[in-house]
Amino acid sequence: MTGAPQPTDSDTDSRTDGVADSFSTPSATPHLRQQLLILYLATSSLDSAVAGWTRYDGTGRSAPTMGDGDEPPNATGLDALLAGWRLIQMSQLMPPARGAEYDVSYLPHEFLFERLVDIGS
Amino acid sequence: MIVDRKHLLSSVEMAHFVAHGSLALEGVVPDVLNDRDIAVLETGLPAHPYGTPLDTVFPAGTFVRDLLDLPTVAGAVQSLVGPHPAIDHHAVHVRPPHGGEAQPMHADAVLDTRVDAFDVQLMYYPRAVTLEQGGTLSVPGTHLRRINESAIGRYQNLVGQTRLVCTAGTVVLLHHGIWHGGRRNDSDVPRYMFKIRFNPTVRQLRLWNTDDIDDPAVRAELSTALPWATGPEGRLELVNRARLWRELTGDADFDIDYYLTREQLRPQLIAPGATDTRLGGGRAADGWGL
Repeated sequence: MTGAPQPTDSDTDSRTDGVADSFSTPSATPHLRQQLLILYLATSSLDSAVAGWTRYDGTGRSAPTMGDGDEPPNATGLDALLAGWRLIQMSQLMPPARGAEYDVSYLPHEFLFERLVDIGS
Repeated sequence: MIVDRKHLLSSVEMAHFVAHGSLALEGVVPDVLNDRDIAVLETGLPAHPYGTPLDTVFPAGTFVRDLLDLPTVAGAVQSLVGPHPAIDHHAVHVRPPHGGEAQPMHADAVLDTRVDAFDVQLMYYPRAVTLEQGGTLSVPGTHLRRINESAIGRYQNLVGQTRLVCTAGTVVLLHHGIWHGGRRNDSDVPRYMFKIRFNPTVRQLRLWNTDDIDDPAVRAELSTALPWATGPEGRLELVNRARLWRELTGDADFDIDYYLTREQLRPQLIAPGATDTRLGGGRAADGWGL
């Protein structure tokens, strides 16, 4: 058999170690943590009304959970932008499956926001 | 167990259930039963195989049977799942003081494809539930959405959700598909809830007191707008409610708005003026003009 030499066990070990080492590199922004806000909107338009919301707190200072409030943090997705959140993903518009056009399922208009928080302050 | 017609749900109440997926019977269980029930719930109840007849699981004289035989409770259950339902399962849920984490939002069991039948879950609260005790959260109107159990665990809050606060002796009846979750108990007292899931053993057709079927309030209930579904999703909810109401009433033409009716407008009658026989008989590649 010709071609590239096959990796030996010791090569594999060193690459595995390399992954661990690389991912142990200190963060360039050790004082920053991510907070996430997920908004479910009434339509695919970012400025439509909030129907549902979810938060995750990467600072560890709070633990948002199911049923922790009745009032949405923002009235619309656009309001979240105005409040300083950065939109990083929105759901695609998916055509309904043929024959199941009236079926309802998961909330279709999901918008994911983030902001970075300084935990040193 | 056949309930007197006067204790059955009205058409307006059934329409409320179809729109919301829930019906609350506030404080219907007397304190003398509630006090007796706490002790039994703390010791637990024997389990039975899925689908065991009600008379076997809860024989006459047991505390649960006394609860289910209360005319208001019996009438509501019979209206929804019919006489002699089977017991799918039952469970006692006790949330200790400052104990436990909130459940992720979910619907019970697994994705359920039924559109012409449903199970009912009875939730009984023998003690009052305050907001900080973390009563069950449910989201009215979510019961017709096809999702799989806690796959919706990413949803923490929806506009219009209900965080249960109730007096002692309250019974809540839920469609099996309702999105819900037990909230964290942040109080100093335990929270008790007893749940029974009923399976129908008859077709769920006109099981309630239909005397008021023509009351305009029926259509008003079925048309209820949901705060979390103000956009196009709300219209799909109306379509699905109309479909369920067709099943429950046997009225195959029932509609809310004009959505289902309009979709069936595909007339096959050819109008008398459509007489030009040159059309509709073309040859292959006619479009090239050769």
